[in-house]
Amino acid sequence: MKTTNETAEVTPPPRVIRIFGVGGAGVTWLGALDRAEFSGAEFAAVDTDAPSLAASSATVKIHLETKLLRGLGTGGDPERGRALAEEQFSTLKSACAGAGVVLILVGLGGGAGSGIGPVLARAAAEAGALVLAFVTLPFICEGNRRGDQARAGLEQLRAAADGVICLENQKTFKLIDENTSVLDTFQITAGLLVEGVRGVWRLLTRPGLIQVHFNDLCGVLRGHHSESAFAFVETSGPARSREAVEKLLSHPLLDEGRALAASDALLVSLAGGRDLTMAEIGRVMEQIQRHCEGAKIIMGAAIDAGMKNRLSVTLIAAKNGTVPPPAAAAADDRPAAETPEQPSLPEGRAPGATPALSLEQRIRMPLRPARSRPAARMLQTQLPLAVVSRGRFDKSEPTIHKGEDLDIPTYYRRGMVLN
Amino acid sequence: MFDDSNIIVGLEIGTSKVCAVAGEQTADGALNIIGIGQAASRGVRKGEIVDADQVEDCVRNAIVEAEQMADVEIRTVYLGVTGGHIRGFNNRGVHPVVSADREISEDDVQDVIKNAKAINLPAENSVIHAVRQHFFVDGQDGITNPRGMLGARLEVDVHVVHGITNRLQNSIRLVKGLQLEVEEIVFNGLASSLALLTNEQKELGALVMDIGGGATDYAVYVDGVIRHTGSLAVGGDHVSNDLGHGLKVPLSRAEKLKRDHGSALVDKALDGQTVTITNELGLPLKTVNVGHLQRIMSARLEEIFQIIAQDLEQAGVSNYLRAGAFLCGGCARIPHLARLAEPILQLPVSIGRTNSISGLKSALDQPEFVTAIGLAKFGSLKTRRREAKSALAGIKGMFGKLLQRG
Repeated sequence: MKTTNETAEVTPPPRVIRIFGVGGAGVTWLGALDRAEFSGAEFAAVDTDAPSLAASSATVKIHLETKLLRGLGTGGDPERGRALAEEQFSTLKSACAGAGVVLILVGLGGGAGSGIGPVLARAAAEAGALVLAFVTLPFICEGNRRGDQARAGLEQLRAAADGVICLENQKTFKLIDENTSVLDTFQITAGLLVEGVRGVWRLLTRPGLIQVHFNDLCGVLRGHHSESAFAFVETSGPARSREAVEKLLSHPLLDEGRALAASDALLVSLAGGRDLTMAEIGRVMEQIQRHCEGAKIIMGAAIDAGMKNRLSVTLIAAKNGTVPPPAAAAADDRPAAETPEQPSLPEGRAPGATPALSLEQRIRMPLRPARSRPAARMLQTQLPLAVVSRGRFDKSEPTIHKGEDLDIPTYYRRGMVLN
Repeated sequence: MFDDSNIIVGLEIGTSKVCAVAGEQTADGALNIIGIGQAASRGVRKGEIVDADQVEDCVRNAIVEAEQMADVEIRTVYLGVTGGHIRGFNNRGVHPVVSADREISEDDVQDVIKNAKAINLPAENSVIHAVRQHFFVDGQDGITNPRGMLGARLEVDVHVVHGITNRLQNSIRLVKGLQLEVEEIVFNGLASSLALLTNEQKELGALVMDIGGGATDYAVYVDGVIRHTGSLAVGGDHVSNDLGHGLKVPLSRAEKLKRDHGSALVDKALDGQTVTITNELGLPLKTVNVGHLQRIMSARLEEIFQIIAQDLEQAGVSNYLRAGAFLCGGCARIPHLARLAEPILQLPVSIGRTNSISGLKSALDQPEFVTAIGLAKFGSLKTRRREAKSALAGIKGMFGKLLQRG
């Protein structure tokens, strides 16, 4: 555990944080963020659909459109969204210019979100920003196609962004009952996502007693096949620390605490008023540690004068996926936070794996360490018009299964890397 | 020379080979395999004919070889069909029992079956099989013979396998052009399951997957009746094509690499090892990474099983397969294929064996011949049923005449 106690002079100066909402869902969530709380952030909406943008209150609106779409949006096809975004790559990149941190809100599954999201993440990364994406996966009842598109989009995002926090809509079923209306359900989803954004926002902007670096956060979330879960709880009163732990352990998004036991890396950030006691922090951390032995835990604590008598805990858990990608196969035994995708990553630069450096070293370190792009990001993207040779099956009728051409080699469609 | 009337021939026009199996129906109705002919197939893609002239030669060669081996003359065949256009579904027919005493008569049974077989298909499709499953009498399930029972409402489920008429006709016409009579066309997946499964396995519930060169056919038995069939136009050809694409070698090389070094599971020990391809003079041409080879193969085969597992899940049969899954077809030879399939299908998986048929041992043990053997078995079951029927009809006719006279 890292408990480098830093004073205010050492904390990085506030950097520009830009929040992007992509696609219909993303733009809606952007509207749900409380402007007062996120003062200092810049809001930008990206969509292919003009009405959705018109309704948004974002300061920057980027409307991706070509004649080909005839004003109909992407029609649920991520390839179109992606092609469009690639075409306007420079616009996206310039929209990200100057930002230190870019948060991307995307509802995966449709055409705009799944298509544009990954490209935007890449554009932001190329513009020099740290990229964190908040995504939701569609409900299972929305159908296989959307599910598959969402998973594909998620993979691409993971390759392009520094961190991805993923919320499965399906899990909100545990939060609702028979009588919850559709509208309420979507509001709950939006609420959870906003909570997550708020948690990260606090991490980034509040002066911390025990500082959590953005890099620590990315270190936890990084890793191609890692799955992440997050939870945000707030309690008050004298028994707040005990209640906070209880709430966390029964949180539906953490599978009633099972996600903790399965996690490989954990980031816990506590925030409280001036009355926050060390004993409380100790109690919370001890309980959490007991539930996830073997996980790498990064913790931070912050004091907020406005939070009198209250305690909020933001928890982000990541675990290695069950299917390690071929590229990271050699490293899949290590916890997610220690999985640098580039073997040649210099020691000490691996985010999250930073050994306890002396204060002096830390100060000398550039505020934003030279980015080490994972190998996957160097991949040349496929041009929309590129045709994959169908080889032997060139002249036969294609075998289409759920929208996939099965004649194209499986390894190619799944993006397996043969190095 | 044998009496030709007992000879039953199964002919499979596959993507990688054409195979004819000649069987002899013994006096007690069992099938005895006496001859096999095969020829490397050309002009077939994904189980369907794309070049009729080439295929004609192959079929002729295979038939001649089988004729020579069995020392018979082949006149009729049971022809196997496959292809991605073939679909199976279950249909229910309903018939009210109108007789005063509510006893179900033979006519009622025939009527309900007729109703069940009356299916709305697109105009270009035709039915290959309509296999009877169980009867229901007033909603009571699992009745195999309702004759003589009392009830008001008789229902029956049939499993219908259908395909596009023109594509089915292509192979029939080709065989007819060789002066051979096509007795019946049979879906390959059904034929393979006939050859592999015992009655106990059909009762327990079993899946048969025939992974051939160009297509994968599968059939599911539950409670002794065929419950689900399907065909996926992906097979060993795709594996070779993937290898050719991924390793950047010509298709013929890929095919050979697949046979020599292929595996369904990635062998960690071989990762990073290379094999050198040499030309005919023994000079090295190219080195190929075995790990890549196996990874490409594994991805493709995994996908085939995943698609089929999804399909079984959708059909709602995946929980009833207590006897497990059986593999056949050329791809069943790929090492560790069963081990790859087990976690995906969540079933015990093994390579199928044609145990219930006697004859040439060398032929019976090969997974490639299962379909053709099954076709012959299908034929033998058909002829046996026909004989039984004609015998019955003969007796009836006799009685009828006697009664008329009286």
